[in-house]
Amino acid sequence: MPANISGGAAEIARAVNAGECSAREMVDATLARIASVEPQVGAYLSVLERQAHERADALDARIASGERFPLAGVPLAVKDNLALEGTVTTCGSKMLERWVAPYTASAVQSMLAAGAIPVGKANMDEFAMGSSCENSALGVTRNPYDLERVPGGSSGGSAASVAAYEATIGLGSDTGGSIREPAAFCNLVGFKPTYGRISRYGLIAFASSLDQIGPLTRSVEDAALAYDAMAGFDPMDSTSVDRAVEPTANALREDLRGVRIGVVKQFDTHKLGSDIDDVYDRALHDLEALGAEIVEVELPTADYGLATYYLIAPAECSSNLARFDGVRYGLRVDGVDVAEMNERSRAAGFGPEVKRRILIGTYALSSGYYDAYYVRAQKARTLVARDFAKAFEKCDLIAAPATSSPAFRFKSKSDPYSMYLMDYYTIPMSLAGLPALSVPCGWVTPEGGERAMPLGLQLTAPLFAERPLLAAAHAYERATMHASKHRAQIAEVPR
Amino acid sequence: MSSENLDIAYVAKLARIALTEEEVARFGAQLGDLLGHVATLADLDLDSIPATAQVVESRNVMREDLERPSLDREVVLAGAPQRQGAFVRVPRIIGQA
Repeated sequence: MPANISGGAAEIARAVNAGECSAREMVDATLARIASVEPQVGAYLSVLERQAHERADALDARIASGERFPLAGVPLAVKDNLALEGTVTTCGSKMLERWVAPYTASAVQSMLAAGAIPVGKANMDEFAMGSSCENSALGVTRNPYDLERVPGGSSGGSAASVAAYEATIGLGSDTGGSIREPAAFCNLVGFKPTYGRISRYGLIAFASSLDQIGPLTRSVEDAALAYDAMAGFDPMDSTSVDRAVEPTANALREDLRGVRIGVVKQFDTHKLGSDIDDVYDRALHDLEALGAEIVEVELPTADYGLATYYLIAPAECSSNLARFDGVRYGLRVDGVDVAEMNERSRAAGFGPEVKRRILIGTYALSSGYYDAYYVRAQKARTLVARDFAKAFEKCDLIAAPATSSPAFRFKSKSDPYSMYLMDYYTIPMSLAGLPALSVPCGWVTPEGGERAMPLGLQLTAPLFAERPLLAAAHAYERATMHASKHRAQIAEVPR
Repeated sequence: MSSENLDIAYVAKLARIALTEEEVARFGAQLGDLLGHVATLADLDLDSIPATAQVVESRNVMREDLERPSLDREVVLAGAPQRQGAFVRVPRIIGQA
């Protein structure tokens, strides 16, 4: 049987475990696909040909001796803020352009142990700050569904690689929407688990109280398999949650009987335009047709999410990125003393968005403004979390848009705040630490565009309720099959 | 909450980022704009609300104080911009200009 790179993770693992197709053949087929579409897509900052071959051969030998792996031979894209020993790990920044990771992130290690094989390090907005991948200092990634449009961000390279069949699972990180938004833009499932469910050890930190690793995949089942491989306590991450993890891939459902789905009164989709409004209306009808009960819930602080986030995240980033000072790793530009060396290195190493966020965070934390900005935002965060807790008294899941528009054209969001608005629907869940995912829910042709572009439905669950969340998303995905209704703009996978 | 006191050159000094004059003007305007947006938080009555540092309950984590293998020194130093023997080399620190 030839290597089928368009299959799901379970299908690939079954074939590789059964010896119908070797991991080596899977890797070679994936590398051939990468060679053929990368000139158009640009999903990867580096392709790991040698490492992938070594891992595949080692895996094939272990399978030949009788071992079995849940993700055997599954090609993996790793966002370039995740450490993978021996690979250049850039964070999309000139600061780390040549930095080689001396160890492997726990989440990546879990995927390796499950048999997945990293084939490349994926492009991203610099230090995960952005919603289009345009803030990468090291490359341009294009949306496989319309090459004139962005793939979303910050996990844009992971999204584009999976959408273009250059990997089966993409690992991303989500601080305010950086998995869910690119997944919605690239016709994928993007899943951010509960804060603390997946170890952040080896994830280069942006905003530590918000950062969470998760998968981008072409199906809910693949997302569940990746989550099952990665979730769990890790002594290397002090915020990792020591709490039993129930497997999710064996609990996926085909209907939604008995599930109460909340629709947020404050998330009025009429203002998104009639095409988009129709898609989300239809999604609610489809959920209802599957047996769900739709109830209205309120998030009175929804409109304060963005303001809260744009104080907390920059404050944490200004602290986390202080380590990039030209001393121990990364770029150094010399100066007469250490302070001048620090200032020059950071000026040369960071791009404009990273500088903006460090500056705003430094200001919010500075003497005299700390209470007015940072503490105030932390209090508002309490209200956002309380709003959700109250809403979940009336429902089991919340349905909302993932984004306010489909993927936009390059350079169309020139003012920083218009880019920040892209995360309006995803930020509140991040502030509350809740598990949330985006699943394909329909298509619209943007004004002035020629191609239909995907939209994502965001489903959110209470803390630690990943299992019912994925189960419901699976039922919706199987009943609607939106993802397969339009084709990408690049060559199809040869079958 | 207001942005009138935003002295971008001073903040850049605190953040140890050398800015060009053009950046001082551009970032100053953009950050002033953002501070205008975040000022909406003043509408919320937050006096009696506790601050949330992190949503998922967590406690201080301790481990046994035991020796264990760490990263190899050569591997770690390979990432440093400049080294001298077993050390990271930096410009003058004491008696800064």
